[in-house]
Amino acid sequence: MDWFPYFLQQLINGLTLGSIYGLIAIGYTMVYGIIGMVNFAHGDVYMIGAFQAMIVLLLCGTLGITWIPLQLLIMLVVAIVLTAAYGWTVERIAYRPLRGAPRLAPLISAIGMSIVLQNYVQLLQGPRPKPVEPLIRGGVEIMSRADGSFVVQLGYLQMIIIVLTIVLMIGFALLISRTTLGRAQRACEQDMKMASLLGVNVDRTISLTFVMGAALAAVAGMMVTLYWGNNDFYMGFIAGIKAFTAAVLGGIGSLPGAMLGGILIGLIEALWSAYFSAEYKDVAAFGVLILVLIFRPTGLLGRPEVEKV
Amino acid sequence: MTDITHGRNARTADTGPAAPNAYVEAGKEAVYTAVLVFLLGFLMVGYQTQVLQGEQMSYVTRYSDVIWAMLLIPAGRFLLTLTRFDRTLPAVVLGGLGFVYLFGAGVIGVLELPIYGSLLVPVDTLQPHILPFEQPMVNVIFGLGALFVFASAARTRRRKTTGGQSIDIREAAEARQAKVARNLSSVLGPILIIAALVIPLTPWGDRKLVDSLVLVMTYVMLGWGLNIVVGLAGLLDLGYVAFYAVGAYTYAKLSTTLGFNFWESLPLAGAMAATFGLALGFPVLRLRGDYLAIVTLGFGEIIRIILINWQAFTGGPNGIGNIAKIDFFGIPFERNPAEGTTAFHTLFGLEFSTAHRVVFLYYVIIGLALITNFVTIRLRKMPIGRAWEALREDETACRALGINPTNTKLTAFAIGAMFAGFAGSFFATRQGFVSPESFTFIESAVILAIVVLGGMGSQVGVALAAILLIGLPEVLRELSLYRMLVFGGVMVLIMLLRPKGLLSYRVPTIQLHKGKPKTMAPPIVGAVK
Amino acid sequence: MSAAAATDTLLEVERLTMRFGGLIAINDVSFSARSRQITGVIGPNGAGKTTLFNCITGFYKPTVGRLLLRGAGGMPFMLERMDGFRIGQKAKVARTFQNIRLFPGMSVLENLMVAQHNKLMHASGWTVLGLLGLPSFRRAEAAARDLAIGWLERIKLTHVADEPAGSLPYGDQRRLEIARAMCTEPVLLCLDEPAAGLNPKESAELNALLLSIRDEFGIGLLLIEHDMSVVMGISDHIVVLDYGSKIADGSPLEIRNDPAVIRAYLGEDEKE
Repeated sequence: MDWFPYFLQQLINGLTLGSIYGLIAIGYTMVYGIIGMVNFAHGDVYMIGAFQAMIVLLLCGTLGITWIPLQLLIMLVVAIVLTAAYGWTVERIAYRPLRGAPRLAPLISAIGMSIVLQNYVQLLQGPRPKPVEPLIRGGVEIMSRADGSFVVQLGYLQMIIIVLTIVLMIGFALLISRTTLGRAQRACEQDMKMASLLGVNVDRTISLTFVMGAALAAVAGMMVTLYWGNNDFYMGFIAGIKAFTAAVLGGIGSLPGAMLGGILIGLIEALWSAYFSAEYKDVAAFGVLILVLIFRPTGLLGRPEVEKV
Repeated sequence: MTDITHGRNARTADTGPAAPNAYVEAGKEAVYTAVLVFLLGFLMVGYQTQVLQGEQMSYVTRYSDVIWAMLLIPAGRFLLTLTRFDRTLPAVVLGGLGFVYLFGAGVIGVLELPIYGSLLVPVDTLQPHILPFEQPMVNVIFGLGALFVFASAARTRRRKTTGGQSIDIREAAEARQAKVARNLSSVLGPILIIAALVIPLTPWGDRKLVDSLVLVMTYVMLGWGLNIVVGLAGLLDLGYVAFYAVGAYTYAKLSTTLGFNFWESLPLAGAMAATFGLALGFPVLRLRGDYLAIVTLGFGEIIRIILINWQAFTGGPNGIGNIAKIDFFGIPFERNPAEGTTAFHTLFGLEFSTAHRVVFLYYVIIGLALITNFVTIRLRKMPIGRAWEALREDETACRALGINPTNTKLTAFAIGAMFAGFAGSFFATRQGFVSPESFTFIESAVILAIVVLGGMGSQVGVALAAILLIGLPEVLRELSLYRMLVFGGVMVLIMLLRPKGLLSYRVPTIQLHKGKPKTMAPPIVGAVK
Repeated sequence: MSAAAATDTLLEVERLTMRFGGLIAINDVSFSARSRQITGVIGPNGAGKTTLFNCITGFYKPTVGRLLLRGAGGMPFMLERMDGFRIGQKAKVARTFQNIRLFPGMSVLENLMVAQHNKLMHASGWTVLGLLGLPSFRRAEAAARDLAIGWLERIKLTHVADEPAGSLPYGDQRRLEIARAMCTEPVLLCLDEPAAGLNPKESAELNALLLSIRDEFGIGLLLIEHDMSVVMGISDHIVVLDYGSKIADGSPLEIRNDPAVIRAYLGEDEKE
């Protein structure tokens, strides 16, 4: 059983990574579910979340806040609120005027928005990657090889990430299934016109969808800032594609699917890097995306679409 | 979608019979906007993070920029809201003044004209005080925002005098726009071609300008090539740069390992790119439009990652150097040619100049681009071209007529890829060096932006867009920092304001009645399936 | 009835069943359609008529059943095994759509030229010879144009040949769609509610057009229609569907007096 500790470590790493992808993927899947568009700029909203979390952390240092739980709380709240504002603004400016336009119009607009956000951040914050000091170190040793040559470690930060993701997922599931907002959202998914005739404020529901997606992306961005601590303006592109892959893999439009897909993509990436080649890990993600789209475009948990003629 | 879902109507309905006061409403909007701008800008604009020695991070503050943005953007929103209540005068006046001031002063700063410093006040004291933002380009962008306020108010004013806009009027306006685009194109097209042909011979045609124009023409060619895929066949291809890369690397390998020259490699590079187009297109072309777009993007990235990591074949991130430069159909452009060969300058009895090669490169790319253009125009009138356009209009109907959608799309994909391959091998011979850096997703997005801005299927429009988007930043270096920001902004604005592009129209491929061909409304960029 | 001349069985639908998940849209339907005849398919809303069409024209793959078409020269085609576009290309089945599907941004004439794509593609040597401008291609193109012009004259749209198809009035678009389908030179023409939205005059013109197609081209027509005056007026043979099953099959006169049909249309007493 010499291989097991190494494998277990990769599982832990993959699960952590997958949680982050899953949180971003929810933003894609919700938006797709409600207005049927690929929000190409979502990865960049996540990038902005990461940058804002990073700046908050810096400011905490200036203000003399050193107690880590308080730092985390402030980062979480500020990053969520300010990133949600970006999510709202992107929808308001680039997508709302295109409601009811042909399908690819909002996609092109979203690509434009993605380029705008990347370059906005590059101009404001400079092109160099920003290293962030690790805030939380250490972890629990789970097991080691008999000869002690390899120790499996579950970092405290990894625990926080996984637990926070689970908590957010449960909260989110409740939000969608129990509240008026969730009901309005599901109604808009089914039939936007009818929902508006029945008094659902469609514009506000869609805006809130973007706000919620952005808030979750902000959490993901904050966690990545703490986990890897190497933010640059381009980080949203690849992460966004992978999260989109996760959403498609899980079945686009389905919330549990997004989470499942995120975890699968995280595991695939971690295991691929560990056993095959780290250089080609992005090829693995893109490869999965292409294969899923070709062979099972409805994903694992998605509903099939019947073409109306 | 009906108007029911639009917030504006909902809001006016909510307020009931009492007409809301325009200034109160506009004030409210302005306050909301100010809060939003604060939320957006407080951290991202207010603090610039810096990486110091030893990987420590610090920041500098930019509160004044945040405050200016919190004043100017809500002001614009205020004026736009007033416009909606038909109070257009403040917007026209203030928007116009704001535009003249911000844009004018900003442009002076961008161009670094001496007037900026010396005529008014010494430069250091002047810059931060008379203009809101330190960066002149930011002032220009805000100036354009003011222009938008001005223009929409002016349009509302004009519309009020001419009466409401019904659907018939809008259709008529579309037809008129198409006619204008067509007339403009038929004038601009020949002018652009003649200008392009004679520019190196004129006194302005120095090496630097011609070099820039070579770049512009490369993008014109790429735009025309992508136009076959996006404009005619309606397939949104976000990985077009992959075929450009295949062409470039094909020539690089053929040149460095087998000693092929440019002319021998050109057809092979095109064939190779087309083969890639077929191989990549075959499995994915039955996908729906937005999925197809994402998958092509994935393919583009996969090719780039392979180029980076396949050290042995592609040279990895360092790429391939020492690629043979272009020659004049076998005659080299060199000061001291190899034994037994005659150099270009001796053959034609000229003094040696490095400009000869640049000028020749320029004519080669013009030739290649014009071939692309010519073939596209011919193809459009072939059965396959009509099938492409039909597929763009309605794929289901095409299937019912027995048209094989996959094969039809595949030909468009392969032909578009072939032209990208030609352009790629031209790129390799011009640079003498290729590396994966030149083939990022952003390049695909730039080429797509050119097609979208120019107007789908519009050859002159694409050329014009390439000149605007590639040429302008080339000439104004200050712009190049903001180049991508402008690209992205242009893509969004085009979709919102003019989804048919700058200069687009459609002429039927076959006509029954004699006379001037009929001008038709062009397809909307986003309408591709 | 005018179908006196030799009529051959053109399409045999055998035990066709189409399920979407748990929903059975078509349940074990069998009938046949003959050439030189107009076969009407009627039934209340949701009876599965359009689904039947979509199976025949390859837009859906039937769950169970056989669709045998005897094409030109008696060549048999198993439609249920063919890709959608091949049914148009090889088996020569053409169709129109309930919600008209023209190429709205292309001109009327172009719409008719696109319909002759396969023929022209062949003539253009898969584009290569066409690009070189070979005379054989030019001749083929001219012939295709003449065929299109012939149809334009027949449907009285010559004067708008160069207008965008999307700008035509509704009735003209309907006729154009039929002409476009006929330009593929089909053996079986499937019409999905061609009279929907037409006024009585246009409807009468449509009847005349369909009858002339039947008589001149000797092809079979399959017709879904709600407008009883059209169906009863021109059909040689009628199939009635209700809740996915066939409830009657026969001449218009037989159908008119069939108790099951009357029940399906007027409802049973307890349903009222």
